[in-house]
Amino acid sequence: MADFTLLVNGAPYRVQAAPEEPLLTVLRNRLQLTGTKFGCGEGECGACTVLLSGKAARSCITTVSSAAGSEIITIEGIERHGQLSPVQQAFLEEGAFQCAYCTTGMIVAATSLLQDHPHPTDEQILTAMDGNICRCGTYPRILAAIHRASAIMAQKKGADHARG
Amino acid sequence: MPVDELALQQVSDKLRWFTLDRRDFLRLCGGGLLVCLAGDAAAQESGRGGWGGHPLPQQISAWLAIDERSQVTVFTGKVESGQNIRTSLAQSVAEELRVPFHSITMVMGDTDLVPWDAGTFGSRTTPTMGPQLRSMAAAARQLLVEAAAQRWKAAPATLIATNGKVTNPGSGLSLTYGEITHGEKLTQTVSGDPALTPAPDWKIAGTPVPKANGRDFVTGRHQYPSDIARPGMLYGKILRPSGFRAALVSVDATAAEKMPGVQIIRDGDFIGLVAPDEWTAGQALAAIHAKWTVPPQTSNQDLFDFLQKNAEPGDAAAQANVDQAIASADVKLTQQYTVQYIAHAPLEPRAAVAEWYGGRLTVWTGTQRPFGVRQELSSAFRISESQVRVLMPDMGSGYGGKHSGECAVEAARLAKAAGKPVRLVWTREEEFTWAYFRPAGVMEIRSGASRDGTLVAWAQHNINSGPSGIDTPYNVATKLGQFHEVSEPPLRQGSYRALAATANHFARETHMDELAHALNMDPLEFRLKNLTDPRLRAVFQSAAQQFGWGKTPSTPQRGFGIAGGTEKGGYVAACAEVEIGPDKKVRVRRVVQAWESGAIVNPDGLRNQTMGAIVQGLGGALFEQIRFASGQILNPDFGDYRVPRFRDTPQIEVILLDRKDLPSAGAGETGIVAVAPAIGNAIFAATGTRLRAMPMAVAAPIVS
Ligand code: FES
Ligand code: FES
Repeated sequence: MADFTLLVNGAPYRVQAAPEEPLLTVLRNRLQLTGTKFGCGEGECGACTVLLSGKAARSCITTVSSAAGSEIITIEGIERHGQLSPVQQAFLEEGAFQCAYCTTGMIVAATSLLQDHPHPTDEQILTAMDGNICRCGTYPRILAAIHRASAIMAQKKGADHARG
Repeated sequence: MPVDELALQQVSDKLRWFTLDRRDFLRLCGGGLLVCLAGDAAAQESGRGGWGGHPLPQQISAWLAIDERSQVTVFTGKVESGQNIRTSLAQSVAEELRVPFHSITMVMGDTDLVPWDAGTFGSRTTPTMGPQLRSMAAAARQLLVEAAAQRWKAAPATLIATNGKVTNPGSGLSLTYGEITHGEKLTQTVSGDPALTPAPDWKIAGTPVPKANGRDFVTGRHQYPSDIARPGMLYGKILRPSGFRAALVSVDATAAEKMPGVQIIRDGDFIGLVAPDEWTAGQALAAIHAKWTVPPQTSNQDLFDFLQKNAEPGDAAAQANVDQAIASADVKLTQQYTVQYIAHAPLEPRAAVAEWYGGRLTVWTGTQRPFGVRQELSSAFRISESQVRVLMPDMGSGYGGKHSGECAVEAARLAKAAGKPVRLVWTREEEFTWAYFRPAGVMEIRSGASRDGTLVAWAQHNINSGPSGIDTPYNVATKLGQFHEVSEPPLRQGSYRALAATANHFARETHMDELAHALNMDPLEFRLKNLTDPRLRAVFQSAAQQFGWGKTPSTPQRGFGIAGGTEKGGYVAACAEVEIGPDKKVRVRRVVQAWESGAIVNPDGLRNQTMGAIVQGLGGALFEQIRFASGQILNPDFGDYRVPRFRDTPQIEVILLDRKDLPSAGAGETGIVAVAPAIGNAIFAATGTRLRAMPMAVAAPIVS
């Protein structure tokens, strides 16, 4: 066991954990941030996706020691001041879930994708998201939700510009 | 917080009370109206004379409570696993009660609070629980109108119930439901059949209401079974045998035992452990050295041989009768079809949190049968069912894979020995190995048709995978459907979304395609020639029309296929377009599926379910398969067991036929059955290669 300081959703947390412990269990069990899900623990499903220094990462195969010092954003940090992010809003509007167990991982992965490609093509979405499994098969709606999120973001940006 | 939300919050806070029972709940509500469903009507829903041979428990009554703030709480043993019944059932209640959708809280799958229920499977929720809750709501509305009529000394028939109020159009007076029930403790039992609102008049049911609590799912706030935490909770692990049917030879847990906070729990061949954190639990498990002997057993390659050799013989006389009819047919065809074992692989694996308190056991777990799990727990620990509470937070799906309570029993065993609450979440490998599978099967069809395309004889046999969907919906003068059980199949098998209907439809709809080609007829025309069921005809025709069936001939690069069927009150037809690459790679490009299941309760949820069924069906059609040898699963992970992903998903068009004149049927399952044969028939149309084994892109001249 060792002491680590994790920067999660903008706040520092001190945790005691084995250096090789996955970030996923630290978030879920030690920090009670259970919005990040366990689906496989092997980097194969994307349910555990978080943003690590702004990039989508599989928290189940990221050790806590390697995550210490980086900025970590979980699904709980995607919502700001009670305000849904454009991606969350778009998922809600498209009804892009069934059991929704994959949803938080999808939203975080899509958030990262839209940072890199604000207007992604279908091909870019497939490339970025193919590692995220939705066993309920909601893929067409998730695809639509990502396009919708892109449109919402563009609109917001336009409005911000107009406000100057 | 808006008033409604605040009220909802208060209801759910009360329900979180640990030892709350239903009477306490009423007391806390401070009065109001409580409606129960009397014995007979409730028994009808709950199990048709018992479940698994057990007599029904006495206490079966559905409950509906309306409190002083006009908040409605509905109690049902059905559970939500993504099929959207939390929303659709609430819509039905809101409709009949004439209250806004958001004033309803559904309490589901909590054995202390809800009436006994056999479980959520077999597409039974919509056709049985739906009408039951609607009856109660309609009766409650009637009672409220009568109570208001009494106060106003008015005739009930002159009053109108709408939007949570009773209004007297004559006097202009109105009372909210909460005002009517204020200070009262009304308990009313409903029997008989109150008149229900006909579907064409629905205002809330029949509309695309978004998923209840959708916001909790996009924010990660919803707590799934594997997210539940209790004070002082430990983390559990179970030592698994090295193969099926293994016997423990020796075990050395000394290293594990020395790890800080680790406790080994042993009881015969059951070896488990608890640790203060999940990481340590995993390390401790890895440090246990055990030797097992695994007896030789059947592997994939011998699977179908084994099933055929061990199948229960059928009714020879009945088969002889069909054979005789076939003998005189112009065109005869006998073919065999197979399906492999596949896994449910719900994204949330089995999970349970168990807590003992004063001899009473509480378990939060993901299951389709909370009361079944309660019974398993009660018999495992020899305590009465009243000492066990099972709670089922909306879970990360099941698809028929979460009927059993093994994880709940394991967690409770660990918690009992440790004297602390324990969370046990199965690993992906455990879920792929120690859950149960959709049974493999061998289907044989013998058929005969006359030269003009009339079916004259049909016999369909199914070995091991099951009888559902085995009866052909086509008109055949002499027909037979026979299921042949295998008493000791090589793998543990159980329920699955649409279960055997998928295998039986794959066989039948492929065979129909083969016959059509043998007769030189268009596959759709051949089907319609032998089909009078208007509902099945309607879905075939709708799907074909939207798809453009028959407009473009198939080529070696692009094939079109069609298939359909009916099961559990749902009617489905699918058209598939596949593309064959130069490398023989098959890609499903487009699927058009028409669906009809009576009056639609929530078109958005139904569309979502149907789409999901197509995607899931595509996996089993092309590549999903459990590989096993010598008592071991060879592909127990998402790297080796391939499930459909974004790139596998075709363009999907869903056509919903809304039959407001017909009762609503369940729609979670049957939407999956037409996908595989439609794809297989499309592959044949392009390549001339007939694929009779699911998954089709494995061990076949195509890849995907
Ligand atoms: S849980 Fe991390 S990828 Fe599946
Ligand atoms: S909605 Fe169930 S796994 Fe995606």
